[in-house]
Amino acid sequence: MVNTAVDLCGIELSNPVIPASGTFGYGYEFAELYDINCLGTFSFKGTTREPRFGNPTPRIAESTGGMLNAVGLQNPGVDAVITEELPKLAAVFHKPVMANVSGFSVEDYAYTCERLDAEPQVGWLEVNISCPNVHGGGMSFGTDPAAAAEVVKAVKAVTTKPVIVKLTPNVTDIAAMARACEAAGADGISLINTLQAMRIDLKTKKPLLANVTGGLSGPAVFPVALRMVYQVYEAVSIPIMGMGGVSSAEDVIEMMLAGAAAVEVGAANLRDPFASRDIAAALPEVMDKYGIQNLKDIIGGAHG
Amino acid sequence: MKKALFTIQKNEALTPTAWRMVLTGPAGAVTAPGQFVNIALPGLFLRRPISVCDADGDALTLLYKVVGKGTEQMAAMEPGETLDVLAGLGNGFDTAPAGERPLLLGGGIGAAPLYLLAKKLRAEGKEPQVVLGFNSADEVFYADKFKALGCAVTVATADGSFGVKGFVTDALPDKYTYYYACGPEAMLRAVFAKAEGSGQLSFEERMGCGFGACMGCTRETVHGPKRVCKDGPVFRKEEIAW
Repeated sequence: MVNTAVDLCGIELSNPVIPASGTFGYGYEFAELYDINCLGTFSFKGTTREPRFGNPTPRIAESTGGMLNAVGLQNPGVDAVITEELPKLAAVFHKPVMANVSGFSVEDYAYTCERLDAEPQVGWLEVNISCPNVHGGGMSFGTDPAAAAEVVKAVKAVTTKPVIVKLTPNVTDIAAMARACEAAGADGISLINTLQAMRIDLKTKKPLLANVTGGLSGPAVFPVALRMVYQVYEAVSIPIMGMGGVSSAEDVIEMMLAGAAAVEVGAANLRDPFASRDIAAALPEVMDKYGIQNLKDIIGGAHG
Repeated sequence: MKKALFTIQKNEALTPTAWRMVLTGPAGAVTAPGQFVNIALPGLFLRRPISVCDADGDALTLLYKVVGKGTEQMAAMEPGETLDVLAGLGNGFDTAPAGERPLLLGGGIGAAPLYLLAKKLRAEGKEPQVVLGFNSADEVFYADKFKALGCAVTVATADGSFGVKGFVTDALPDKYTYYYACGPEAMLRAVFAKAEGSGQLSFEERMGCGFGACMGCTRETVHGPKRVCKDGPVFRKEEIAW
């Protein structure tokens, strides 16, 4: 019997597979299809202080080996998440859940994190300083090490649960960003968010997305994500959650060899609602194939 | 919703742009007229949402317009090939408020989901009146099929080459009990503005997942943001924020 369990910031996961924020809603669309307790955990839809409609449509575009989205952090706001979404989720998911938080100021991040930190269902806070699809917030905190550190310090000051900072790949030096977050007190790093991208409609000869640009995700970005996870593993000693185009149990193992302690699955959930379940279910067989007994033993195994 | 492999039985051009594909598989996953399926195609990442024209036993009929890569690929497929389909997506039309003589308004390929709706209304003993709008005579399809169900059918063409000259809103009957509309957004706007009384309108949007997870297809409504794929595609006139 192989062992798929891993540890993420002091909380054991039965397996490292975690549906990524923005691809899994608040879980219950998927709970209608299968028992989502087979997942390590999942990261719920990015939540902000106030409700947000997000960007105008079209918000979605196709690309080779992936997709672009420019949803723009549509969410009902932290009050409704606590009073409506979390109780509904409690009926179908019995493990600690990861709360994904975004904001437009340092105070926003601290406020929303403090509120969600107080919810017993929440196991970790995933602080998204990397959304490429909003203006005057999101990614602007994730492209400047000093600004990132400021968000981390403010969140850490008002919370008790592990704080995992979600980084954008749209930077020159990903390792510097990760080091700044670690030095500011982050308990973990997750990466990568989507790559800023665009498409043009040949019929109208104008940008296909109403927001002009969007974020690229899906299998096309996997090698980029893997490279960044590898670089961040060399730069920090806190746990890393690797994500970006993960579509199979083999991809999960590759991410872990690069340095990920757990692995998020994003765009794959949108093409196939059963993707995360099937990836988690396939892990033991693939581990066996590659002679892996304990999954946690391979973390960072690709490094010298 | 059900994820299943369906087998292509028929795939044929109805007009220069509209195609009909008949699939067999667990078609019972479609529980209401106006629902759609989301089809995975080899080499394309996103599934393609296509409305259901008919669901009968294990047969599922889809009408689709060839507009890009995905639908071009569908048009090139042969009987016997299989498709990975998410079936029974969306809310569908509610026939409860239809009354005795409901009006069905279809623009172009938007006529497709009205066929299963007309069938259901006929089974419930109603007398649907159908108005179909097309650009020109060579694009007209399914007028005879609606007639065969026992519906009164009027066709309008924008260039006047068949039936009434103009849009569906130029061919509205004087009396009807309720309306159902599906077509391009410009048509839905015109119907919303001109058609008397209450009704239901079915919308189209670019989608990521098709089952409510990604928030890619959201519309503002009087009840706040709603997902076209999961809360729609059919919205009641009173919900629409125009």
